[in-house]
Amino acid sequence: MSHEHGKGMSLIVKTITRLTVGAIFLYGMYIVLHGHLTPGGGFAGGVIIALSFIHLMLAYGKEAAFKKLSRSAASVWESTGAIMFLTISLLGLTGGYFFLNFLHKGEPFHLFSAGIIPLCNIAISFKVGAGIFAIFVALVLVKFDTGKK
Amino acid sequence: MVELLILMVLMIIGAIIAVELKDLLSSVIAVGAVGLALSIVFLQLKAPDVAITQLVVEILALIILIRATLKKDLPFSTTGRWLLNTVITICFIAIFFLVALRCFKDLPEFGYPIMRVSKTYIQEGLSRTGATNLVGSVILDFRAYDTLGEATILFTAVIGVLAVVRRIGRKKVGEKVEEEE
Repeated sequence: MSHEHGKGMSLIVKTITRLTVGAIFLYGMYIVLHGHLTPGGGFAGGVIIALSFIHLMLAYGKEAAFKKLSRSAASVWESTGAIMFLTISLLGLTGGYFFLNFLHKGEPFHLFSAGIIPLCNIAISFKVGAGIFAIFVALVLVKFDTGKK
Repeated sequence: MVELLILMVLMIIGAIIAVELKDLLSSVIAVGAVGLALSIVFLQLKAPDVAITQLVVEILALIILIRATLKKDLPFSTTGRWLLNTVITICFIAIFFLVALRCFKDLPEFGYPIMRVSKTYIQEGLSRTGATNLVGSVILDFRAYDTLGEATILFTAVIGVLAVVRRIGRKKVGEKVEEEE
């Protein structure tokens, strides 16, 4: 683990990561988008999406991961998710009350069904994914200077 | 039922190993074994949603524990008032055990919950929300306020972590630091 110069891990790890990280990201998207049909949902899918970026960061070093999703972009995505979720819930007020399922229910077992639930899942996945990536970056890159007393 | 007991014993053994080991990496891996067993327990109890969430959060917590705590000179307090600490711990365990002994008598039998509110969710969830995943329909339609509160908690946690550990918050008096990206 050549952690000193921050260039990531060995060639084997980099090759495997190049092959798998896209699949992990797609799996996270699948969990999010099918959250109203199969087990899963916004929280679990968002954590998987964050884990794909963390995977990239562990294998290739922090520069490669920040090229895909920088720290400020993570903050922006997280706030976007929160505002999307609140907006969807407030739009329910147009039909009567907070969190009203105002969209058409659709047919069960179809991807476009269940009204606002898929939209809420997507918003929560933005929030959770970007927020957990931000927490990871903050906790891992922090340097305590308690050693030199 | 037998496999649940086996998994529970495995979790208890893993937790004791994690507390007792001196090596940090082995201890973190023992915590991971406890989390994996808990995920299998959820799967055995037919709660795949919770099992998926437990698994991914456990992996994330393991990575954070390994990368953020190992190989850093964190301050450890190994000496101290071990007798007082042990006495306090045993007292709290005894109190909790006595309270739990009285409470658990009133709980319904394991595997046969009292269905008061949730009966409506199970019977009318599909027709009223259109979501075939009943857990999704509960957390985002019937109980969406709870999800909003959870999202607020996560948002506050992210803001708190970013505010506490950023470089500019830990500078010495008179030290000049530039904010990194």
